[in-house]
Amino acid sequence: MLILECPYCGVAAEETELAAGGEAHLTRFGPGSSDDDFETYMFMRENPKGVNFERWRHANGCGKWFHAARCTMTLEVFGTYSAQTYEPPADLIKAIKKKRPDWPGYGAHK
Amino acid sequence: MSNAVSALNHASYQGFALVEEMGLQGMITLRGDFADATFQKAVKDVCGQDIPGQREVTVADGKGVAWMSPDELLVLVPYSDSASAAMDLAEALKGTHALAANVSDARVVIRVKGENAREVIAKIAPVDLSVASFQPGQIRRTRLAQVAAAFWMSGEDEFTIVAFRSVADYVFNLLKTSAIKGSEVGYL
Repeated sequence: MLILECPYCGVAAEETELAAGGEAHLTRFGPGSSDDDFETYMFMRENPKGVNFERWRHANGCGKWFHAARCTMTLEVFGTYSAQTYEPPADLIKAIKKKRPDWPGYGAHK
Repeated sequence: MSNAVSALNHASYQGFALVEEMGLQGMITLRGDFADATFQKAVKDVCGQDIPGQREVTVADGKGVAWMSPDELLVLVPYSDSASAAMDLAEALKGTHALAANVSDARVVIRVKGENAREVIAKIAPVDLSVASFQPGQIRRTRLAQVAAAFWMSGEDEFTIVAFRSVADYVFNLLKTSAIKGSEVGYL
């Protein structure tokens, strides 16, 4: 059972109260962008084994979108944070690095 | 004027707890900036209460206000006052980034009352309902089986549940099944 703490209402919400929203921190390429950029935005996903940043929505709750960092292999949750950001908070990245020294770091694939 | 009736017209069921539909309740969904003094005053004027803290609810004399999200409140007023209260709010908040919508007819209010009322809810919601973690004065927006709902404890051993009117029958039957005599778990 996956339990994420909603940063907006402080509830430790279990999976059935949430809706998954896919990979976090995508750069949107809209009208006027090149086909290559649009393809990357539309289809290309990191899909890592290990640390992953995701978007979730507290659908059966306060209704807010938020971010979560968790491990796709062990399902360990590193933390959740507000949706009003372009990248994960520095202290969270530091905490993950400490737990997973082998992790190449946020944005390493880009 | 048409005669307004609630979704289930005061249906009730006595299991190991009493499940009853509460009839018409005035409800206004209010969104805006909680830190704004104009917004705070408008809330106070309409229901006599301050803006509640995170996941808190205050109800007194048929009026009250519940915290729904960091920018959303549910204002409770008597049904007959709901239309005018929504208009008063809209008027008071004119020019600010806010929204007041009268949702009274879009909701159903059901009460579960009895010594084991906690159990009736605990069976169908993914919420820790132990005495230690859920108390009167707290509200929880969650789901009841397959539909969205919110509930708070309106007294010791008493829950007030708010759900969409379109699923009133489903929620009532769900609570009824959950409260069938002999199905007490005896854990909470």
